[in-house]
Amino acid sequence: MKKLSLGLLKESLIVASSLILSAPLSAAVDIVEIDGSSTVYPIAEAVAEEFQIETGIKVTVGVSGTGGGFKKFCRGDTVISNASRPIKAKEIKKCDEAGIDFIEIPVAFDALTVVVNKGNDWANELTIEELKKIWEPAAQGKITNWNQVRPSFPDMPLKLYGPGADSGTFDYFTEAVNGESKAIRGDFTASEDDNIIVKGVAGDKGGMGYFGLAYFTENSETLKAVKIKNAAGKFIMPSLEAAQNGSYNPLSRPLFIYLNAKKAAFDVNVKKFVDFFLNNAKEFSAEVGYVPFTDKEYTAIIDHYKKLKTGTAFAKPAIGLSVEEILKLSASN
Amino acid sequence: MAQQGKAKSLKDLNEIRSLIKKHKKNDFLFAATGMFVIASLTITLIILFLDLIIDGYPKFNLDFFSNYPSRRAARAGILSAWIGSSLVLLVTFFVAVPLGIAAGVYLEEYAKKNWFADLIEINVSNLAGVPSIIYGLLALGLFVYTFDLGQSILTAGLTLALLMLPIVIVSTREAIRAIPIHIREAAFAVGATRWHVVLHHVIPYAYGGILTGVIIGMARAIGETAPVITIGALTFIAFLPPSPIMPEVPFINFEWLDSGFTVLPIQMFNWISRPQHAFHINAAATGAVIIILTALMNGAAIKLRYNVRKKIKW
Repeated sequence: MKKLSLGLLKESLIVASSLILSAPLSAAVDIVEIDGSSTVYPIAEAVAEEFQIETGIKVTVGVSGTGGGFKKFCRGDTVISNASRPIKAKEIKKCDEAGIDFIEIPVAFDALTVVVNKGNDWANELTIEELKKIWEPAAQGKITNWNQVRPSFPDMPLKLYGPGADSGTFDYFTEAVNGESKAIRGDFTASEDDNIIVKGVAGDKGGMGYFGLAYFTENSETLKAVKIKNAAGKFIMPSLEAAQNGSYNPLSRPLFIYLNAKKAAFDVNVKKFVDFFLNNAKEFSAEVGYVPFTDKEYTAIIDHYKKLKTGTAFAKPAIGLSVEEILKLSASN
Repeated sequence: MAQQGKAKSLKDLNEIRSLIKKHKKNDFLFAATGMFVIASLTITLIILFLDLIIDGYPKFNLDFFSNYPSRRAARAGILSAWIGSSLVLLVTFFVAVPLGIAAGVYLEEYAKKNWFADLIEINVSNLAGVPSIIYGLLALGLFVYTFDLGQSILTAGLTLALLMLPIVIVSTREAIRAIPIHIREAAFAVGATRWHVVLHHVIPYAYGGILTGVIIGMARAIGETAPVITIGALTFIAFLPPSPIMPEVPFINFEWLDSGFTVLPIQMFNWISRPQHAFHINAAATGAVIIILTALMNGAAIKLRYNVRKKIKW
């Protein structure tokens, strides 16, 4: 009875409030609702915080993960979805069915960093093939010692730590290294909290793990980053510069926001928010530990957004693309 | 013959003495083991708690409680989280307590003892042990989508109320069972109806036990994260829900029920998984706040139960 009366009360309130609000502000959401990836969250939080202080328009940000975020987005519950990977065909289909068009906007880079213990003096640089040898499903129970990775490496048990299967980091790393999203050996310590991976690798001389660059920057006293061989055959240390100039590939990945196209085109508050986001994305993404694009690239992104082109540029997985290539893809879309 | 008897009783006495000695030794061993277990548990808890307090100490100031979340750890606070937690618990309280007590009273005083009552009893006990994420999934399907209540304080309050109901029901029944049958019989004998007996005798005498169950249930609800995340609680929200109290008629406002929200455990979880160490301090401080709140609630439960028991004279 209690439940029922509260529900009715709420319903009548919604009706009343929508009647009051619908007249003067016909095309402006009350609250700009954002949800999605925990990786993109710090950027969204920074933008939301400053935007709200500056304009007084309310913004909320949730953390449901990239997949969970798209679920809400495609139901029309949110107007912006944070994503640490491009939208998948299955998710596009859900959005289509609900009649929701989306605009895809890359906002920054994250450089996935492979880390080893500080006391590890042998693994200074690794190739993608060696990473594959370590992480591929066939390695399960077989590759358990560093000397199996490269004969010159010492006899030292190999202990692996990595993000759990719900994370976009996991999706991207498995795609880039093992060639197939989510394909990985089962015998490693998985954690949704990257700080657990930091602790695990820091406390284990034969440890190895991977996560976003920010976690390495904050823990560079206890961990060592490994140079990764890029497509041009050079071993590159992960860094802001290397990710920005595209030389740190294929482990730097773009982060995205997806906009509800109708809202982005017609809603005053959403428009204001997206403009604010893109004009400040450089400063905020650097502040929270991600790799911003260059000014020129943000200008190109804003141009792309202004054209309100819907759909994704990444029908195929986007592995090891430079900013230019991503933008070219976005523009041609 | 007498000599023999005396020797036998002496032997018996010695046997009994050694038996007593053995049992006393067992007593001592058991008490020592018990003390050891309790001490190690308490000490672990105290160490963990002190660790949180020491880590979070720099954040124990008014700003932390009056600031919204922020990308700058130094500026970030738990205002929206503690208000969110309080409002959610308010809904939980007003839903779970009347329903729980009513269900407990019905099962003890009214329901016929048959297979149906047994079935309900088994189900209620089972519900108390269901993992909280299951309640979250149930609530997502039922409250958020089917009843269309949205990702609101109301939904979260109802979800946690589901979680708390079995605890309230079980403790209500236990408290009612402890009331001697004579009291009911005496009341019936002077012509009271069942409803009178329940209202004037059963509930007042069971009050202490019921209250304990309610507060323990609330203490559990305040620390729940999984179901609240499942139904879509926010992480960043830098405004408060509309106030439940208004300065003008009718003074009470229910708009807050529909508002988005965040709760303390979610803020803590978000901060602990950030790379920057400064956020971990915030997480520790939030953890300490949750533990202190839980301890205060449990303390209140013990104190209230004690006071009520002192008053009852049978």
